[in-house]
Amino acid sequence: MITVLLFASVAEKAGTRRLELPDGTGTTVGDIRDQLVERYPALEPMLPNLLFAVDEEYVRTDAPVRAGQTVAVIPPVSGGC
Amino acid sequence: MLTRVTPEPLVTDEAVAAVGNPAAGAIGIFLGVVRDNNLGRRVNYLEYDAYPSMAEKVMAEIGREACGKFALEDVAILHRTGRLEIGEASLLVAVSTGHRAESFEAGHWIVNEVKKRVPVWKKEVWEDGEEWIEGPESLGVQAPASMR
Repeated sequence: MITVLLFASVAEKAGTRRLELPDGTGTTVGDIRDQLVERYPALEPMLPNLLFAVDEEYVRTDAPVRAGQTVAVIPPVSGGC
Repeated sequence: MLTRVTPEPLVTDEAVAAVGNPAAGAIGIFLGVVRDNNLGRRVNYLEYDAYPSMAEKVMAEIGREACGKFALEDVAILHRTGRLEIGEASLLVAVSTGHRAESFEAGHWIVNEVKKRVPVWKKEVWEDGEEWIEGPESLGVQAPASMR
């Protein structure tokens, strides 16, 4: 399984902060993104600004994802004040 | 180096003690505090969400990069999460340096990098609504196409 973490605006739109997706051969971050949008169409307009991390490192959407890894969906950050 | 994401109030004295160093001639402190207005709207309070483990990791990367760019003795970066009232500190950056000029420059650079890439988000809550702020300085907005 692959764990997917959602935060802030994305978590609110999806109505969840965490889900598990089945892993498969050749799964990439882009595949995970596509599965998320299929499940939560409300995320579609947010896509252009989303970044992704695998096991806490920012990665490109063509990065591979293996079983047991954690993918985080990172909307534009706004820490500080 | 001290990096922390915490729901507890940020304590300046703790950060000052953490960066204290006999070789330091200056300690620079930056506090980001919650403002009661933004873009002409009255803000009641802010709610911060974070990916704490990754945020601390990215803060440590920023700290290490700052040590390479500036003559730092030590650095502390702390961010608070949860509900913050007007005037409360959300971000605390402290640096110790041999001389004062570097403390300002390093502090400024670190705060800018935190706002670009540390996975922390704020929601503004107004009298009549609320909205997640998606930072214009965020990597996700500045976005090299190569990241997608």
